[in-house]
Amino acid sequence: MSDTQQEVWVFIEQREGKPAEVSFELLSKGRKLAESLNGALKAVLIGHDMQDLATETFRYGVTEVLLADHPELAHYNTLPYSRILSELVDEYQPRIVLFGGSFIGRDLAPRVASHTRSGLTADCTDLQISDVTYLRKDYAQLLLQIRPAFGGNIIATIICPDSPVQMATVREGVMEKIPLEQPVEGRITQVRYEPDDVDHLVRIIARHHEDSKVNLKAAPIIVSGGYGMGNFQNFQILYELARVIGGEVAGTRAAVDAGFIDHARQVGQTGVTVRPKLYIACGISGAIQHRAGMADSNKIIAINDDPDAPIFGVCHYGIVGDVMDVIPMLIDAYKHKLK
Amino acid sequence: MSYHSIVMVKQVPDTANISGQVMKPDGTVNRSKLPTIFNPEDKVALELALQLRDRYDGTVRVVTMGPLKASDLLRDCLYMGADEAILVSDRKFAGADTLATSYVLAETLRKLAPYDIIFAGRQAIDGDTAQVGPQTAEKLALPQITYAEAILEAKDRTITVRRKIDHGFEVLEGTLPLLITVVKDAATPRPFRAKRVMAYKNARTLLELEKMAEANSLLYSDQLKDEYVSKGLFIPTLTADDLDIDSSRCGLGGSPTKVHKIESVVLGGSTHETIPATKEGMYGLIDKLMDDHIFG
Repeated sequence: MSDTQQEVWVFIEQREGKPAEVSFELLSKGRKLAESLNGALKAVLIGHDMQDLATETFRYGVTEVLLADHPELAHYNTLPYSRILSELVDEYQPRIVLFGGSFIGRDLAPRVASHTRSGLTADCTDLQISDVTYLRKDYAQLLLQIRPAFGGNIIATIICPDSPVQMATVREGVMEKIPLEQPVEGRITQVRYEPDDVDHLVRIIARHHEDSKVNLKAAPIIVSGGYGMGNFQNFQILYELARVIGGEVAGTRAAVDAGFIDHARQVGQTGVTVRPKLYIACGISGAIQHRAGMADSNKIIAINDDPDAPIFGVCHYGIVGDVMDVIPMLIDAYKHKLK
Repeated sequence: MSYHSIVMVKQVPDTANISGQVMKPDGTVNRSKLPTIFNPEDKVALELALQLRDRYDGTVRVVTMGPLKASDLLRDCLYMGADEAILVSDRKFAGADTLATSYVLAETLRKLAPYDIIFAGRQAIDGDTAQVGPQTAEKLALPQITYAEAILEAKDRTITVRRKIDHGFEVLEGTLPLLITVVKDAATPRPFRAKRVMAYKNARTLLELEKMAEANSLLYSDQLKDEYVSKGLFIPTLTADDLDIDSSRCGLGGSPTKVHKIESVVLGGSTHETIPATKEGMYGLIDKLMDDHIFG
């Protein structure tokens, strides 16, 4: 194995034939990791009629697509998908395999990691390659899997020193999607799919799929609320502010857990990572998991009644006060100045 | 037709109440320093299993891997209505990552077979990985349905489940036996039944009885155990020896992922501009944002 080129694989996720954004983000990051390893970037694609999508990955530097194309594989199904990928990993022993931290990726990755007995780290917020000394032993070019842990008090760097294959999941928006100017000359290798009776142990009877109505990543302005909004009713004022200044509404995990807002609008480590022009954090204390999802915003306004809230450590403009007093004043000021 | 379920549950630190001293130098968690709770989604998983039993009859067993302290969790499960609770505990299991944890749980489930459905919470709040369920299913070659939000129907050897997917839901029909992981919205856990609390508040795990024997200078805990078994208050404990497992695959040593570095989160100096919470302050803020080319 040491003689062969080290490979970085990205599982390309598709729904109804449409690729998931996170897959292209991971290809962009995977390309950098492959460069550090002096290795190759490869994509694994499972579905039906996937030729165009396979070709699209060449724009991200993929030199080879391993493509399993079959009518029975059109929709994600745990058992056949995990079997195909597990067998590929067994056979080719890539150094790194990356998955989106989506419903599909989080269903698939642990099964593949279990089958191949590989280390798997969920919801990484950064990935790097580095030589590591662990328990007085030297390891060359390990994948550093970086993620906030344990209530956000710490940032942990996880390694898999003795695992031939290192696996990680990353949420959408964490890595930046960076296509190449010119696609590389990649090739597509067909992977045989042998249907098996076990593939029908779980059958899809119905599917209700809504096109995402929210696209937080594309929103130039985000008004975001935390548990400090107090209740569902108070939270609604954020929609008023967003409507007036032309933004989208988002929330923290605590706000989602409290039922103030839907998970699709959660910003942070286990939600979406955003980089808007303006992020207005209302009643958000600023745990590291939340900051991981918004700290790269161009400008951040924080409104909180606790002057010691960590959110003030990452904001550009800080307002200490009750959100329910400050937000109406902000709306009035905007209307007065700009309308 | 009746169904036999096993629910995998976990006692977790209340992540909202974590202080700095709980992290050990090797990067693992000093759980004894933490207030603990019933992992919320595991509690929902138990509720779904109990609802299935209410509807179709059958049994509900719960199993947890954890230290002595996890005995509390098992009593909670009995209070809610579980028919039987089993503790899986051994020093060899300490420091396990998700792969090593799923190995021990899978071996435990092999021992507890037959079963129709394995339930688990989607994820535990201390790690949020959502990996142990699928990894356990893989080791037992079971199909899985993750992110279940409702059990629609069980009929003969199939179960119909509605699960969340990105931007929507799916209805899946699965052939038993299989493993289901459950999201928080799937059900509201029932409160403890007063009668059951009275009946099981003195239920004890083997580890607890050994501790009791020690405290009372009894040389052997066997007699104590017999007494608890006869009263129906004994919570069985499985150790590495009971499970006949490969030690190299469990605990810290059996975990491919290692914590290399832990950094406390240090906030950068607060360099932000403070805006007074007044009408004038807001006018000034809008001006600044216009200068920043965000508005206007």
